[in-house]
Amino acid sequence: MDRRSFIKAAGTTALASTGPWYLKSGLAQSGPIRIGLLAPLTGVVASGGREMVEAFNFFWDASGKKAGGRDIQVIVEDDASNPDTALQKARRLVEQSNAHFLIGDLLANTGLAVAEYVKGNGTPYFIPIIAADDLTQRSRIPNVVRIAGYSASQMPRPLADYAVKKKKYRKFVTVSQDYAFGHEQCGGFAQLATELGGTVVAQHWNPLSTQDFSPYLAQIQGAAPDAVFAMETGADANRFIQQWANFGMKGKIPLLGAMNATDQSVIRTLGAECEGIVSSAHFCEGDDTPVTRKFVNDYEKAFQKLPSLYGFSMYSGAMWLAEAINAVKGKVEDRAKFLDAVRRIELRNSPLGRPVRLDSYGNPIYDVYIREVKRRADGKFWNVPVEVYPKVSQFWTYQPEQYLKQPAYSRTYQGTKKG
Amino acid sequence: MSPRRLLGVVAALGGLALVPVVFPGYRTSLATEMLIFATLAMSIDILAGYTGRTPLCHGAIFGVATYVVLYYVTVMQGSPWVGVLLGVLAATAVAIVFALLAIRTSGVYFLLLTLALGMIVWGVCLRWTSVTGGENGLRGSVRPQWLADPANLYYFMLAAGAIMTLAMWRFVNSPFGLTLKGIRENETRMRTLGYDVSLHLFIGFTVSGFFAGVSGALYAFFNSFVSPSTVGLAQSVEGLLMAIVGGVGTLFGGLIGAALIIGLENVVSAYTERWSLVLGLMFIFTMILAPEGVLGKLSQLTLKRRR
Repeated sequence: MDRRSFIKAAGTTALASTGPWYLKSGLAQSGPIRIGLLAPLTGVVASGGREMVEAFNFFWDASGKKAGGRDIQVIVEDDASNPDTALQKARRLVEQSNAHFLIGDLLANTGLAVAEYVKGNGTPYFIPIIAADDLTQRSRIPNVVRIAGYSASQMPRPLADYAVKKKKYRKFVTVSQDYAFGHEQCGGFAQLATELGGTVVAQHWNPLSTQDFSPYLAQIQGAAPDAVFAMETGADANRFIQQWANFGMKGKIPLLGAMNATDQSVIRTLGAECEGIVSSAHFCEGDDTPVTRKFVNDYEKAFQKLPSLYGFSMYSGAMWLAEAINAVKGKVEDRAKFLDAVRRIELRNSPLGRPVRLDSYGNPIYDVYIREVKRRADGKFWNVPVEVYPKVSQFWTYQPEQYLKQPAYSRTYQGTKKG
Repeated sequence: MSPRRLLGVVAALGGLALVPVVFPGYRTSLATEMLIFATLAMSIDILAGYTGRTPLCHGAIFGVATYVVLYYVTVMQGSPWVGVLLGVLAATAVAIVFALLAIRTSGVYFLLLTLALGMIVWGVCLRWTSVTGGENGLRGSVRPQWLADPANLYYFMLAAGAIMTLAMWRFVNSPFGLTLKGIRENETRMRTLGYDVSLHLFIGFTVSGFFAGVSGALYAFFNSFVSPSTVGLAQSVEGLLMAIVGGVGTLFGGLIGAALIIGLENVVSAYTERWSLVLGLMFIFTMILAPEGVLGKLSQLTLKRRR
């Protein structure tokens, strides 16, 4: 924020202080639409955060920073990968910078902290990256919407279906990072795989930042499963895939990955060891759909790298916002109408390549790709589609009411059917 | 208290009372946060400044109170005030356990032992998912209705902070507080003079933990959210840095340190994403130019002038 806008913000704050503080954002109708973007620019996931900001601005720069007849002003704040900081910055964006709505955050705990804050004041908050299941399930908040994002347990289910029905794998071992995001993704996989007739013979939970996976790999070799499901993110995924290859397990036991394990943020630094890993996601950078092709090419030209989850999600999220802002003709001050417009959008021309819309719980319904890591002509590795599962919701084929009665996935509850 | 000093205190309180009027909105909530962390920094100063034992576990003690308040109010649906009481009790209990283990050591060993103890609390909060919510933490508004307005919350924190500051000031300036200073200066001499050094250290540690607990419980009102990062090492270090930047052994330095660090964090981060670099430089320059802290330096300068 420069000094002028600081003074302006202070001025409006002073003016608005006659009324209740939480109503003040409704006063200024004209002027730019202020979007508060929260991203971890420092801390453990800073590289992902940087890409979030790049991709979000990439969309607005290309569209002339305008939507619904008003200018768009993106105010970036660093959440430092820390929930307390995220909360403080969210307060600052809403109460001082007068952001009309918030978007962003990467780590689940930062998103949950901000969600709790906006629950109290009604500011719309969009979460293209935060995947914590319950934000659109058991503890959903009307003004928190997961545009262009996904819930953690949603994505691995098509993979489980594919593994059991198409590949005829029966005996699985899962290995996953030991925190909520891992528990939920593994739960989605393990529950469906066992319901379809498979068995999960062992589930390994490694602490975040595991340097040495050999104890797990040795146990996996001992169990001799038909396939292994690995849920690892960031540097852990990097190390896991490398050690998997070093142990000579690549090519011997099929490796299935959660979407994060073969995301570009991981495999762009890897070599042949990542080839052949099968995962499932709502985006496939190696897909041939013209919109996807164009996005990937433009993105690569602009940033010299293939788009990762952080890149395409934030870009699609920005696109979603732009359409909603157009639909309400720029009147984002009417929060109810704006949120309604967001919920009604069916996004058709996004980089995801296929139409997306929200379910009534505020989580997108995607056509999910089963994808495999392949070598591109120039030697880079990327995910190419193998199969598509149409219209996958966060509830798979379960009845939402029925599904929500079971507890949230945790280390102790994985929803697996015994025998 | 000299009339001059009394005047200073009244002026400071009057100035602080004007904050919600002069800086409404976000900056009031920033000031509220400063008050809470000032109390934490002062509680650390009781040990670091007056007793000569630098602790790295007060973030954990502080956070235990926050956890207990949020758990009691949001999960067990209890009253916030009972929650605060339980939170402070739990934090004091944790401080008692830590004190029993830590008072045998001094210097760098005390630092490392308290660091390890704090990490245990952090580990428990991270792992005991069914109670603490693990990585995701606990959420929910625990504030009573009349504190929902930020200005009211600020005045409440100001009153609470003033009472606790007074209590801590009385504590460190009491005869008992003098024995703590004696232990800081020369432990052996205090022992030969017949003081039970271990007992005094134990009480000093527990009292310090009690005040950290009170500020942690109040933090639950302010933040409505707690996660392992609240009990983590970074929190302990930040509290200690506030005490050091303000001036160890001055008590009120904690207030200045908290205001400086939280203020800078927020002002600088609006201009650059390299705000932690600026903060780091500030720490380095403070250590070079004013190792006795801001308040320490100021009082040194005024003393020189008077002479």
